[in-house]
Amino acid sequence: MYRYDEFDRDFVKARVSQFREQVERRVSGELSEDNFKPIRLQNGVYLQLHAYMLRVAVPYGTLNSAQMRMLAHIARKYDRGYGHLTTRQNIQFNWPKLADIPNILEDLASVEMHAIQTSGNCIRNVTADHLAGAAADEVADPRPYAEILRQWSTVHPEFLHLPRKFKIAVIASPNDRAAMQFHDIGLEVRKNDAGELGLRVFVGGGLGRTPMVAKEIRDFLPEKDLLSYCEAILRVYNLSGRRDNKYKARIKILVHETGLEELKEQVEAEFQRIKDGVLQLPRESVGAIEAYFAPPPFEALPATGEILAGAVSQNAAFNRWTRQNVHAHRQDGYASLTIALKGTGEAPGDVTADQMDVIADLAERYSFDELRFSHEQNAILPHVKQDDLPAIYDVLVEHALAAPNAGLITDMIACPGLDYCALATARSIPVAQSISKRFANMDRQEQIGALKLKISGCINACGHHHAGHIGILGLDKRGEETYQVTLGGSGDEQAAVGEIVGRGFAADEITDAVETIVTVYLEERQSKDETFIETYRRVGAAPFKIGLYPAQEAA
Amino acid sequence: MTTLKNPIAFTANRLLDGEAVWLSANGQWVETVEAAWAIHTLADKALAEGMASKADADNHVVEPYSIDVAVNAGSVWPTKNREVIRAQGPTIRLDLGKQAQNQAQNQARAA
Repeated sequence: MYRYDEFDRDFVKARVSQFREQVERRVSGELSEDNFKPIRLQNGVYLQLHAYMLRVAVPYGTLNSAQMRMLAHIARKYDRGYGHLTTRQNIQFNWPKLADIPNILEDLASVEMHAIQTSGNCIRNVTADHLAGAAADEVADPRPYAEILRQWSTVHPEFLHLPRKFKIAVIASPNDRAAMQFHDIGLEVRKNDAGELGLRVFVGGGLGRTPMVAKEIRDFLPEKDLLSYCEAILRVYNLSGRRDNKYKARIKILVHETGLEELKEQVEAEFQRIKDGVLQLPRESVGAIEAYFAPPPFEALPATGEILAGAVSQNAAFNRWTRQNVHAHRQDGYASLTIALKGTGEAPGDVTADQMDVIADLAERYSFDELRFSHEQNAILPHVKQDDLPAIYDVLVEHALAAPNAGLITDMIACPGLDYCALATARSIPVAQSISKRFANMDRQEQIGALKLKISGCINACGHHHAGHIGILGLDKRGEETYQVTLGGSGDEQAAVGEIVGRGFAADEITDAVETIVTVYLEERQSKDETFIETYRRVGAAPFKIGLYPAQEAA
Repeated sequence: MTTLKNPIAFTANRLLDGEAVWLSANGQWVETVEAAWAIHTLADKALAEGMASKADADNHVVEPYSIDVAVNAGSVWPTKNREVIRAQGPTIRLDLGKQAQNQAQNQARAA
């Protein structure tokens, strides 16, 4: 993985001491909150309901065991013993004191981490497929491109005061595991007919109050033009994006109001002007970054591990876990695995300091010292020997990390909601917990099969509810928490925005509503191989509406 | 003296640690909503606004605002979900936030 060079180290160190001084000036009164707020936000510091919140950047979700142990240390020393994985592959701490944050940032800098640009109207942490470098279906590792974008976008002077925040995701597989088409810029690394690597470029995707699937603006961009083209998009957006209304300031609105063709012409004009300049990436530069992401020294192993095969046949619980949580690897004899932070009744994405240490130990011992955070709020060990899976499983079981539900209904995304968040209008986590308990039976979950359920506690959609096969949006209706249901959303390569099915449900009705939706699906599906989303796409919303609102639909 | 339709209180987060605090009748910022100043009149509201703005300007608290409250046997309690959660802590972690401190204090008193 990428290691800091002298420039990175000096920069982050300087930034920590700068922020320490800014905090001191804030506390002494030299800086007002109006002056300080944009500064703290660009250093990842929010003020939430109960305390400050610090969001730490995990570039493209990749980290090593030392970094994970430092996160555990921060959780213990400065916070309340846990962290929360976010839907942009970052981690946030819910209880730091302002005066401690410079020390936290100093600790983070000691392991090449920071919280820069995890908030504010700038280019945010670049995300990527959490199985990057490991997935059997990828054409290349997307992380070198993400790292190049990270270096370019970090304190890019022109793009620190954009009309609104700006999110970029990179994948390199036809199967989108990163919700790429819901980003301001989405990039898919692909090969052309000549076998050359380049990028399919999407623009204007996003969730929030105006959800939109990104539109393709380039079907193949040579990789050398990655930065020039992105800079051209950002420049057009920075000049033309709306600043009069924060709800209409994202690039998706600009794309919508300008029209893709017109916007494309503007981007192309700017791109033609700058493409042969300093931003052109020579193959050697890409190669130098790629070297950081070179595959680890895999052993030559048979395609299927013998120990694994034996354990699968002898241990039904292990067998179930491997069915759901273990993924095909590009290297024979290896696998990637999901550590689902979604045990029955747990808050999705919450991980204790002790669990962080366990995951760090496993990564160090079994996964070439590497782990990932996924946008679905899970941890991933990307490169483990298949024959080590039984030993890893035993450790995970011991530490309540072996939920065998990756990709199933209880592997939900849920934002922190009104339990923590100052913007939320309703709670998300209790809804997730209730659904998790209702569907706790693993046989039933497997019978239901692949299903993405996503919950947001407000219209800003941090819980990606628009992209859920079943989406739940928490609202406040005259002082009561009310949950609106959408169906048919998808964050994969067939990205779609879910459709609202009807009136919302009270807090004590929403789990029953999910149960009804699942029951309708099981009745409607043509075979057990037809997934929820496939059934929904075939039959539409009508049978679900009849199930959810029988009286109204009969009228 | 103009009476407000509903009583209100002023709240903010403390600058140094982000702790939720409420303005008390003696002008202090207290950590429990029960001890907040329940304001019933327009005149008191203006007075409290002045105190809140000063605490903001003095960098003691951040972004003060008013909330609707109810008063029961002299004790103040918010009427909106969001503010109830701020006054207690996360509903899914009863071991955290003010609810945990209150519980610890009650246990200490009982012992």
